[in-house]
Amino acid sequence: MERLRAAALPLLILGLLAAAPFIGFGAGHELTLLARAMILGMAALGLWLLVGGAGLVSLGHAALLGVGAYAVVVMDAAGITEAAIVAPSAIGAAALFALLTGAVAIRTTGVHFIMITLAFGQMGFFTAASLAVYGGDDGYTLYGRTTLGGARWLEDRLAFHYLCLGLLAATLLACRALLASRFGRVLRATRENPLRAAAVGFNPYPYRLVAYTIAGGIAGLAGALLANATEFVAPSFLAWQRSGDLLFMVILGGLGSPQGALLGALAMVLVEEWLSHLTEHWRLVFGPLLILAVLFLRGGLEGLPAQLRRRRDG
Amino acid sequence: MLRIAALQAGYGQSQVLGEIELAVGAGEVVTLLGRNGMGKTTIVRAIMGLLPALGGRILGGSIRFGGDEVAGWPAHRVARQGLGLVPEGRQVFPSLSVEENLTATAANRAGGPARWTLPAVYALFPRLAERRRNSGAQLSGGEQQMLAIGRALMTNPKLLILDEATEGLAPLIRAEIWAVLAKLKSEGQSILLIDKNLAAVMRLADRHVVVEKGRSVWTGDSAALAADATVREGYLHL
Repeated sequence: MERLRAAALPLLILGLLAAAPFIGFGAGHELTLLARAMILGMAALGLWLLVGGAGLVSLGHAALLGVGAYAVVVMDAAGITEAAIVAPSAIGAAALFALLTGAVAIRTTGVHFIMITLAFGQMGFFTAASLAVYGGDDGYTLYGRTTLGGARWLEDRLAFHYLCLGLLAATLLACRALLASRFGRVLRATRENPLRAAAVGFNPYPYRLVAYTIAGGIAGLAGALLANATEFVAPSFLAWQRSGDLLFMVILGGLGSPQGALLGALAMVLVEEWLSHLTEHWRLVFGPLLILAVLFLRGGLEGLPAQLRRRRDG
Repeated sequence: MLRIAALQAGYGQSQVLGEIELAVGAGEVVTLLGRNGMGKTTIVRAIMGLLPALGGRILGGSIRFGGDEVAGWPAHRVARQGLGLVPEGRQVFPSLSVEENLTATAANRAGGPARWTLPAVYALFPRLAERRRNSGAQLSGGEQQMLAIGRALMTNPKLLILDEATEGLAPLIRAEIWAVLAKLKSEGQSILLIDKNLAAVMRLADRHVVVEKGRSVWTGDSAALAADATVREGYLHL
């Protein structure tokens, strides 16, 4: 029962996303929006691994996403568009960036970790803005989407929709498997009490660094997809505001389990879109809404069913 | 196995340990006795390499374990040498399930075939098997203590260190823990024990070390402790 309940929510979300093109969300702009939500959901899943899994609150996650996106740009400018080369490069570049910056950042915890990741993120942002070859501040428009085996099937909106969905589902499964593994158990133990984990013989540092690098790889893949979704990459991809958005998705969704990140990303992107259609001053509504969500949804959106059950049972 | 000589340690400006001499041989059960605030827990933290993280440090002396000088080593390296700590206040990992608590940090540090596996720990503490899917936070104090002992055993330690393992527990649970410790001793497990229950430790332990104001002031076996009323009156009564 408990297992069924845990699997029901992600299955429902993924099922709805799979059915979306056939239940009235098949128009171009709707698919674009859903693709954006799924891609940010993937990046949020990676961030969840850090915040919920390892207890590391990072405010520089957008930089990892941006490294993945700029990997696509660099390849594109060099005339390489084959996914078999582009995707591993984007993942590898972002994972390497995470490994190098993480090696420094993970020596700290708490507020210092937030500030260091923010600083590395800003470094990435200003580096991207100064890359004149790739458009600098103005960004870079891709010649076309990434190809697979020479075929341009990512240009097809439905194919791209299901590619994003498939990769999102795979990321979720991978995160769950990782958490349940020996590595994941030690990671969670170090989150709860790093000193205690050390006292039973486990140095938290390498575990955290590996988690940070994995989260970087996931963000790199999401960045490559985002570049394809928009066919345009700009330094704003690395802006700290986007890191804040990602962090908020994770917290809004709930830190209890990885599907929270998925839920948070979808909710945030869709509510933002819906509100911006209702009124020009949508931020005035969106802000207080987020504050209320944090105040009253203790376990995040993901914990809402349990919270309602508790209330009903008194 | 463990030999501490002239150990001095403290936090910040204040020195807590002045002159500690302590040895635990293979298969021996040794207790640290003394009133609250005399430095017993600080000795354990010094052995385990936990002082730096708590704002303290070792000021002098030596801690030898299995042939290595481990004073000043980082905590995770000390533990890997085969020291299993059951900390004061238990400190299980609250959001991990009982089984995850036991298996996350499992290891075989004693060498040879592993004596302690998941089934062996469940046989020792059947309560834990019943609650294997519950999270650490959902356990009673006694169950958390069993879990903390089980977690330490799952590393197959050469030396098991227990800091106030029976404090604040119901009498029945306390009796169960003493029975488990007696069983461990009969199997030849080396144990260093801090406990206030004088009657129980005098039945269990081979030797006692009395700590007073950061110094080890007396050492001897249970018979000697029973015979020496001045030690018991002077250092142990509250």
